[in-house]
Order: sequence, then structure tokens, then C-alpha cells
Amino acid sequence: MSLAPSVGLAIPERQHLCEVVQQMLYNASLWNGHRIHFDMPYATEVEGYSGLVVAGPLIGDWLHQVVDEWLGDAGMITGIEYSNRVAAFVGETVTAGGTVTAYDPESGEIRLEVYVKNDRDEVLAPGVVTARLDP
Amino acid sequence: MTGLLTEEILSCIGRQSDPQREIVTRRDIRKYAIATDNRQAKYLAGDVAPPLFHLHLFWDVVPLSELSPDGVSIDTLLPRFPLEKAMAGGLDITYHKPIKPGDWLTAARTLTDIYEKSGRSGPLIFYEVLMEVRNDEGALVVSERTTRILR
Repeated sequence: MSLAPSVGLAIPERQHLCEVVQQMLYNASLWNGHRIHFDMPYATEVEGYSGLVVAGPLIGDWLHQVVDEWLGDAGMITGIEYSNRVAAFVGETVTAGGTVTAYDPESGEIRLEVYVKNDRDEVLAPGVVTARLDP
Repeated sequence: MTGLLTEEILSCIGRQSDPQREIVTRRDIRKYAIATDNRQAKYLAGDVAPPLFHLHLFWDVVPLSELSPDGVSIDTLLPRFPLEKAMAGGLDITYHKPIKPGDWLTAARTLTDIYEKSGRSGPLIFYEVLMEVRNDEGALVVSERTTRILR
């Protein structure tokens, strides 16, 4: 275990380009047929969005990934609390990141505040991840 | 409190969906990992499922004819609410055990709460759904509490 977490540590950020083929494959893998994700006339003219909406749970996945990559094989995520606050649109690049807010070396339990934000610094999804480092 | 929630709606608290049993395959894990932009080898190879994979495994597979015109599947666990515009909701998930290819998992969903609050621009309805995913030995693998807000 070489992570040496400390409270206040910012973990490495990760960028994701919300690309249209990936969105299609993601929603297909779930069986999610919601038109706002792939039907541009519907998303813009009927629902009034400025573009195709990135699926909320994909943003949630990126909150996990930024922590999970940092953990590598040193531990595992044990829980998350998050909410989707602001929409992301296909074509945007978003950034996931987080900060360690608690660490107990005895139990290996660790807590991080995490976010996915857009390039205007709006937080799309804030969350709290808990993880456990292997002894 | 404006009393939007009738006895009939509130009586739906505690309602449970039919348990859904699914098998985890390496192929499904690989598809999910690729589609989510994952770059860790253990997930891309499908050796173990990344967190949140249970969402993929238990998303309702419904016939095209049963989707609403906007392409959404109707959640039969929910009553018809007097407010329909969905706002941001939240998720609270606990991961108890890793998920691997060959695992048979069963998800059970319960509508655990419905309540009303007054928001700045009018009444809001909140509801909570608990999903518990268990393996064939009955041990908890994932538990997920979803809170949704309607206005």
C-alpha cells in the first residue's frame, strides 16, 4: 500500500469527453431508451434542452472512477452518496476529482468529497465516497 | 403542507417489486466498462465488475411497446403522483461484496417512503426506493437507496 492518504489531499483529476458514440453504447448497455440522450430534435424542441443530455448515472460512474483509479489495488469503494444537480451535454468535457476528508489508519477507512464539474466550474454532481484500504 | 398525498398514494409505502434474478457475464462487464470510459484492466477484461455495475444488471428490460413516447420505461412500483416534473434526486449506495462473472444476483425493490414538503416555488413530493441485491446464499452484495423529488 503506497497511497499515504492525508486529510486535505486532492486526488488526481480525470477528464471525460462526453462523446456521442459512447453515450449511445452506455445507454444501450443499460437498455435506457430515454430520447433526451440520443434524439436531438426531441431533446431540444420538445424538452427544451440545449443539446443531448448525458445520462445522470454515467456522471455517477465517473464519481466512482476517479476514486477507484486512485485506489488501484490498495483498497475498495464501500459506499457513495451523490446527487445529479446540473445537466451535462454531449460535446462537453467534464472533470471528476475529489479531496480526502477523513482517514483512519487503524481501520483503513477513508472518506472523500468528490465532484464532477463542467468547464464553467459548475458542479454537476457532488458526492461523498467511502472506501477501505487493505491492511 | 398542502395535502397532495392521498391515503391511496400513502398506502403504497411498503410496496415491493417482484424479485429479479440475473447472471453476471464477463461480456456484460466488459461492455459496461468500455461504455463508461473505464481504463482499469481488471474491469476491461471483465474479471470483476466496477462499482455501479448493478445498475446495468438490473435496469428494467421492457418491450418497446411498453415504453412511454419519450422512451422511458414506466416504474410499476410507483403510484401515479399528482406532481410529475422530476427534479434532481440522490443516491446512497453501500457496496458489501465484489461482483464477478458467474454470480447469480437477485434484486428486490421496495418503495420505502413518500412524503411532501413545501419548496420555494410550491409543494414537492419526495419518494424513496430501496434496492437490495443479494447473492444465492442470501448475503447482501449491494444496497441502494434512491430519493427522487417531484414538483
